[in-house]
Amino acid sequence: MKTVEEIKAAIEAAVPGAGVEFVPNPGPAAEHSLRIAPASAVAVATFLHDDADLTLDFLSNVSGVDWPDKEIAEKVKVTRTVTKTVDGVEQSVEEAVEETRKRVEPGCLEAVYHLYSIAKKHGPLVIRMKTANRSDQVELPSLTPVWRSAEFQEREVFDLYGIVFRGHPDLRRLLMWDGFKDHPMRKDYGEPDDYEYEPTPHDHVLARAHERQSREQGTGNREQGSDVA
Amino acid sequence: MNIERAALAPPLKIQQPRTTNHGSRTTISEDALLGEGILKGMAETAKNFFLSYVSKERLTTVEYPEQRIPTVEAARVFPFLVYDGVDWEAGLRCVACQICEKECPPKCIYIDKSKDKKPDYVGKQQFYPTRFDIDISVCMSCQICVEVCPFEAIKMDTEFELATDDRFGGLLYDRKQLARSNEYYHSIHPTEASEVDARLGEEKAKVEAKARAAAEAAAAKAAAPPAPPAGGGS
Amino acid sequence: MSPTETKTEKIDGWNRPPVIAPDGEGELLEVAMGPHHPSTHGVFRMDLALDGERVVRLKPVFGYLHRNHEKIAEQASYLASMPYTDRLDYICSLTNNWAYALAVEKLVAQQVPERAEYIRVILGELTRIQNHASSIGFLIQEMGASGTPLMYAFKEREKILDLFESLTGSRMMCNYMRFGGCRVDVSAAWLDATRKVVAGLPQFVDEFETLLSSNEILMARCQGVGILKPDLAVNAGVTGPMLRASGVDYDIRKVDRYGIYDRFKFRVPLGDHGDVYDRYMVRILEMRESIRIVEQALKEIPGGPIMDPKAKIRGFRPKPGEAYGRIEAPKGELGFYLISDGGPNPYRYRVRPPSLINLTVLEDMCLGSNVADVVLIFGSVDIVLGEVDR
Repeated sequence: MKTVEEIKAAIEAAVPGAGVEFVPNPGPAAEHSLRIAPASAVAVATFLHDDADLTLDFLSNVSGVDWPDKEIAEKVKVTRTVTKTVDGVEQSVEEAVEETRKRVEPGCLEAVYHLYSIAKKHGPLVIRMKTANRSDQVELPSLTPVWRSAEFQEREVFDLYGIVFRGHPDLRRLLMWDGFKDHPMRKDYGEPDDYEYEPTPHDHVLARAHERQSREQGTGNREQGSDVA
Repeated sequence: MNIERAALAPPLKIQQPRTTNHGSRTTISEDALLGEGILKGMAETAKNFFLSYVSKERLTTVEYPEQRIPTVEAARVFPFLVYDGVDWEAGLRCVACQICEKECPPKCIYIDKSKDKKPDYVGKQQFYPTRFDIDISVCMSCQICVEVCPFEAIKMDTEFELATDDRFGGLLYDRKQLARSNEYYHSIHPTEASEVDARLGEEKAKVEAKARAAAEAAAAKAAAPPAPPAGGGS
Repeated sequence: MSPTETKTEKIDGWNRPPVIAPDGEGELLEVAMGPHHPSTHGVFRMDLALDGERVVRLKPVFGYLHRNHEKIAEQASYLASMPYTDRLDYICSLTNNWAYALAVEKLVAQQVPERAEYIRVILGELTRIQNHASSIGFLIQEMGASGTPLMYAFKEREKILDLFESLTGSRMMCNYMRFGGCRVDVSAAWLDATRKVVAGLPQFVDEFETLLSSNEILMARCQGVGILKPDLAVNAGVTGPMLRASGVDYDIRKVDRYGIYDRFKFRVPLGDHGDVYDRYMVRILEMRESIRIVEQALKEIPGGPIMDPKAKIRGFRPKPGEAYGRIEAPKGELGFYLISDGGPNPYRYRVRPPSLINLTVLEDMCLGSNVADVVLIFGSVDIVLGEVDR
């Protein structure tokens, strides 16, 4: 199979205007991937499926990944008017002061596809699609029309992460029940505290383990499930 | 309602079992009797049934609880704490390092470390657990606690007839219930226990040898006549 | 029973399962098959819409055994996830362990010593044999054979599970593979016991086949039922014996050649028609091939360490990166996708469950068949709910 860079070139040649980006994979495994812009995703997928060299006819795995919002603290030089005593006289002087500004970089949800070829017996090619943010712009095009194996897996990603796949024939929850509200695999998923559970002895163990974990991670207080006892 | 007799269903066509790449063992000729396959299968079952009266191998049922298969040496059910000697509190090998608590996947171990220390099997002062609870309703017998323990203090038991009707306390074992002697460990895992004993014995011997050498050096130093004071100056 | 003439609907040029119009008057009968059902291999529900006895629509409902294993793995260390992988496909715990160990070893580029690879192959193929035996046993039981073939299969399975217990300590939840090798070394006594068990296996498969393969009832019920065409199978991501029964030559042991599989001579059985009978036959033939592999491995197993001495056990923190490792599990392609952020826990841990993805085509195969055939087709897919729902 061609290398990832060659595949990127082939995609850009075949699908003009496809926003394909090479994503290097650090670490020893070196499974580099291609990030595809959602607008041209179905065209790129059809090309990958139909191309005579690649013939990636087998979609092996669809995963969702959650990249939460990041709070970035930056040091910025800002000119401020400061009252200072200069030579015994109070004056207003303009000075360059370093300030720490915090901004929130919006996170995203990502769908990662692993493609193989059964006809040519090669692979994998990893392609990814990112949503714009985690809250309101969570749509991605569905690749089910190209590979039927995405049908249940995209439903699962929708269920557990909240990515809405446009063009999916039957997008409803897969593992959780239909009326469920949250998306369990997100990093900020809060477990509901209305569990009906009996006060078995391991509650103390569990509470203790949670306390130790939050102490170690320094996350501070965490809402614990209501203890019936 | 169709009152005419329904036509008889067409006779079954016996099809040859087929796969590409290579065929299987069973073959049926085209002019075989209908039902021959079923009869062959029944012959197989009948053979097993009648031969089970004479061959022990074909009678595989073990009538538990009157008969019991002896447990294998490697079997693991729930953990227990090993103690050396006779007194379980004094001989408990656990030094409350809490590694097993951290590594346990379902977090079913609950340890409280002591404030004071007591001597261990080589005489070194170590902490000990004032509380060591294992919730065996949560424990999944994965044996990771045994793997990571650096002091050979926690091992896997093979006792599984542990059902109790006390739902809340009966499945939470405290350290008194978990403590078992080294002889018990030998009885359930003989090879493993001998290896552990050999290793601990070696370490103890090393520590003792070092202590003896240090004592001899100190004694020699004390017994030797005091060296003349080093003269100052050139 | 072949489906009657149907109209295929195309959505964006993609063939979805045909909508079969009911013939005659009356409403469709909607039946929920499961989750409490003896033939659904666990807690699994199928919402069937029936026109008389014929299935017009089939929607599977999952999630009854969902334990969010992937989130548990994000909060546990890499080693602590290993016992949880046992519980995915709980019948084949050793292959689950192997797939996870393979993915992590890929993530950190960890070498595995030769003896450990041979042990992995032996245990993996023994797992495959006992899985196929019990899968066929359950399939035949759902056909109405009331457990006799199942108990034959379980008799052999008990011997194999006894081997697992004497080596790993547990019959089913083995927790045996580690990143860089295996946990406990095999003794010469264990190898002899394995040789004895494996020597008795060909006779068992022969007995099994005498009982079943030429049985007219089985042939009449299974041949021509639940046909899966190869291009639909490939497009739907079906893997494992189900794919090979449709005639597609794709076995990950031959394609990826992970471990030391390229040292063993074994054939890959393929089916002609893709029906239930072919899937049954492929499993029987795969059992025979697995016996050959185990015999070869038992002959060639070398001495040496079973764990890479450079493998890091405590404080295991892989460098940031990602890896996808997959094996040919008895049910299909079992893959693990791991993203590491440099910490002791994985950032993202994803299991690619073969059972769930093989069920994508369940509706296609069952439309137009009777309810009794639905039970058979579902049994021939060979799923385990622990893997479907994780």
